[in-house]
Amino acid sequence: MSNALHPETLTVRGVTKRFAVGDDEVEALAPVDLTIPQGEFVCLIGASGCGKSTLLRIIAGFEEPSTGEASIDGKAITGPGSDRGMVFQDYALFPWMTVRQNISFGPRQRRLPREEIDKTTDEFVRMVGLSRFADRYPSQLSGGMKQRVAIARVLANNANILLMDEPFGALDALTREQLQHELLQIWTRTGVTAIFVTHSVEEAVLLADRVLVMSAGPGRIDSDFRIELARPRDVSSPEFNALRRDIARRLTSHVVPSRA
Amino acid sequence: MNDHATILTETAEPVAAAALRRRNRLRLETLRAIALGAGFPILLILIWDRAVAMTGTRLIPSPYQVAVMMYDFSFGGVYDDAFSGTILIHVWKSVQRVYGGFFLAAVIGIPLGMMIGRIKLLRQLLDPTISLLRPIPVTAWLPLSMIFFGLGPNAAIFLVFLGAFYPILLNTMFGVRSIDPRLFEAASMLGCSGAGMFRQIVLPASLPAIFNGLRIAHGFAWILIVVGEMTGVPTGLGSVVMDGRTLSRTDLVITGMIVIGACGFITDRIIVAVSNRLLSWSPQHLE
Repeated sequence: MSNALHPETLTVRGVTKRFAVGDDEVEALAPVDLTIPQGEFVCLIGASGCGKSTLLRIIAGFEEPSTGEASIDGKAITGPGSDRGMVFQDYALFPWMTVRQNISFGPRQRRLPREEIDKTTDEFVRMVGLSRFADRYPSQLSGGMKQRVAIARVLANNANILLMDEPFGALDALTREQLQHELLQIWTRTGVTAIFVTHSVEEAVLLADRVLVMSAGPGRIDSDFRIELARPRDVSSPEFNALRRDIARRLTSHVVPSRA
Repeated sequence: MNDHATILTETAEPVAAAALRRRNRLRLETLRAIALGAGFPILLILIWDRAVAMTGTRLIPSPYQVAVMMYDFSFGGVYDDAFSGTILIHVWKSVQRVYGGFFLAAVIGIPLGMMIGRIKLLRQLLDPTISLLRPIPVTAWLPLSMIFFGLGPNAAIFLVFLGAFYPILLNTMFGVRSIDPRLFEAASMLGCSGAGMFRQIVLPASLPAIFNGLRIAHGFAWILIVVGEMTGVPTGLGSVVMDGRTLSRTDLVITGMIVIGACGFITDRIIVAVSNRLLSWSPQHLE
């Protein structure tokens, strides 16, 4: 399922984004350049309005860049595609489909043979630990379970790049911790590239190979931290906290004091 | 996930007992609802009966007289006139017209509403016209529909269609417009597009709104059958009511009214049952 033999590099070159707000135009992204090799876990972190979600949505193909280009192995991204899958903060599961039907949605679009669809679906239902809940509807699940379904739905579709927009933002602390742990296991097992938007410095340092700190007005990548700590990471270790402090410092150095 | 599993197995016994208790409570609740729901009409009939007896009016029949008429209308053997034992013919004719118009409205209204809701060009093209035609009362179409379709059942079907069409169309449009855009994004990233998007996303996601429209439209359809059957058809519940009026047989008028009400009620229950079945995924919809 992973594509270790054909590493696919995600490249973002000079991407900018302008939005029309009334009669004005707002520059959401200044030229952004970024290269992410296959299999890397990257966290995007920054204050609200720094364009991190916009960048993610451009990579997903939901938004077009105003200038520049995002590409995978030199092939420009022109729209949503099954090689990239988004996990939304508010889940965006299909409420009229059961867990199993949500997860099998992608494979069903490709009109694979029935046995193959069932096999893939079972595999991912099991991977996210929802075998007992496979025939439930999303409204009958907890937030953590819904987000597991969303992750499995993307992976069952053979996505190489997992895009996550504050996926655990709406969950309670305990569930979030458990899902972070499960996400790392799944990421290790599948070898997908993960691009993960978060507000939490701790979450970023816990998960990522690389933390990109973004700053606002217009949005750009301010600094690029490589996290070399071995996994599983100890949140209370001095190294962890040193990194956390460094990143937090970069993050707050850009918070413009609001003028009255 | 493991903690979930242990909790569920350990508490299996009490859960079963609680489920039984809950089921019993639910059954009692249902009985209560039926008793209350049926009690009020019985009270109304009592008031009606007393009022007729006390005023001594001859313009309004007593509930008993209407009951006799209902019996004669259903089985015959009391008055043995043109209406005795004819209930099934009239119900059947009205059902054909109601559902002819209703299904025609659904078959045109649902796909059109989905397309107008989804395709901007179509919305810009048709929305003003729809907004212009919609406020025109269906009864105002009566003369024109008789010119178009002549005296007969087609004019009735046309009127029912007109009355049922707008609620179905507008609710479908509204349902499509209020689909969370994230669902379209999610579907397209999973490889869904074009006609598949309509069938797999737009239709099921707007189904709750579509069923609301169908239910409202279905109510209108039964209301309009009386108007529709004023267009000079010899059979149908609407024509029975009109004939009763012409003949000054108020007992027949009321009998026709009750049968129309009962038909509308029973068929509405069927629609609710179907929608509850199809929409079991939607926690807001069950009633």
